Amino acid sequence: MAANTASGYIQHHLQNLTYGQLPAGYERYDGSMLSEATWTIAHSAAEAKDMGFWAIHVDSMLWSVFLGFVFVLLFRFVARRATSGVPGGLQNAIESIVEFVDTSVKESFHGKNPVIAPLALTIFVWIFFMNLMDLIPVDWIPGLATLAGVPYMKIVPSTDPNITMSMSISVFFLMLFYWIKVKGLSGLFGDLALHPFSSNNPAVKVILIPVNLLLETVSLIAKPISLGLRLFGNLYAGELIFILIAMIGYFQLPLHFGWAVLHILVITLQAYIFMTLTIVYLSMVHEEH
Amino acid sequence: MNINATIIGQSIAFAFFVWFCMKYVWPPLIGALNERQKKIADGLAAADRASTDLEAAQNKVQEELQAAREQAKEIVDQANRRASVIAEEAKDDARKEGERLIVAARAEIEQEVNQAREQLRAQVATIAVAGAGKILGKQIDEAANSELVDQLAAEL
Repeated sequence: MAANTASGYIQHHLQNLTYGQLPAGYERYDGSMLSEATWTIAHSAAEAKDMGFWAIHVDSMLWSVFLGFVFVLLFRFVARRATSGVPGGLQNAIESIVEFVDTSVKESFHGKNPVIAPLALTIFVWIFFMNLMDLIPVDWIPGLATLAGVPYMKIVPSTDPNITMSMSISVFFLMLFYWIKVKGLSGLFGDLALHPFSSNNPAVKVILIPVNLLLETVSLIAKPISLGLRLFGNLYAGELIFILIAMIGYFQLPLHFGWAVLHILVITLQAYIFMTLTIVYLSMVHEEH
Repeated sequence: MNINATIIGQSIAFAFFVWFCMKYVWPPLIGALNERQKKIADGLAAADRASTDLEAAQNKVQEELQAAREQAKEIVDQANRRASVIAEEAKDDARKEGERLIVAARAEIEQEVNQAREQLRAQVATIAVAGAGKILGKQIDEAANSELVDQLAAEL
């Protein structure tokens, strides 16, 4: 999939490797017609789009799971030989991350929940690793993939909205789960319907219920969407600028370096924000008003 | 940029990694951290305790030293008192001995003097008798006149 024009180059770099089903009678990228419905890899953006919902971004999934395993295996490796004596260099590094996450959790979450701290650690490190892929020069791995005959290869999973939204929606469901578990359905309804406007007069209270319900539902729905889109937007924009810089020839080197240095901040910050907001959202449903 | 089944796949992966982290990663790491924290706290407490103990021991040493010093002083004082008492006694004894010697010497002297006086008296009597004999020109019978002589001697 050599892309010769600037927009072709950009589109190529922003296209996920999609595996899905194309319907019978579909005209492929090379002009051939499909005689029957076929499961295949999309060779153009239009094909990927036409595969509909039941398609999967192979590259996003592959890199995301790979980085997830890097995270769990690395941390498991350290955890297995963790000693309370004098720690080695690697244990020290891992411990400082664990302690950082633990402190963040303890600062905003005061209840007792065995899930939140490991969840926060997973989110922080995994998203950090996914974001970190952004620092690999944009042409290296897609170039290698093209040589190997793979049409697309987007190596930064967090520039795929599927990845970020699935994580934020998972957090959202976890939030709902604990909301109901801690306060019950009536508590959930109470939180949604009786705040922020409240009154001592029962009649006024009833009148205010729809208003509160509307406000709270909107703000509730906005939480996972903003959480997922914030991460996606930051990383997507960063990736796009890396791609733009990569197009300007030899002068890309200082620019690339500058943007990469700035991006180190973005990478860490976005992972941290995602983690912190997750903790905050989950602690919100544990606490009484 | 299409929303598709990746969202489901990633959710499953997410759940798996969180579960794995919760089960196998978080507990040992946080356990080691807490244990080390406890160890350090214990160590610090022990150090505190040790320094308190040291202070107490030093105080005790000071007290013991003070007591020993006082005791030594007392012993020395006692010894001094005893020595002076002994010296007084010795002086007393010596004085008494001296007085006794003086008294004895006096008595002896007295005795000697008396003895000498007696002898003198006897001799004077003899001389007097001899003189008187010479004067009288005749030998006075000593034996006959001894009574007289003795009387004379006693009068001297």
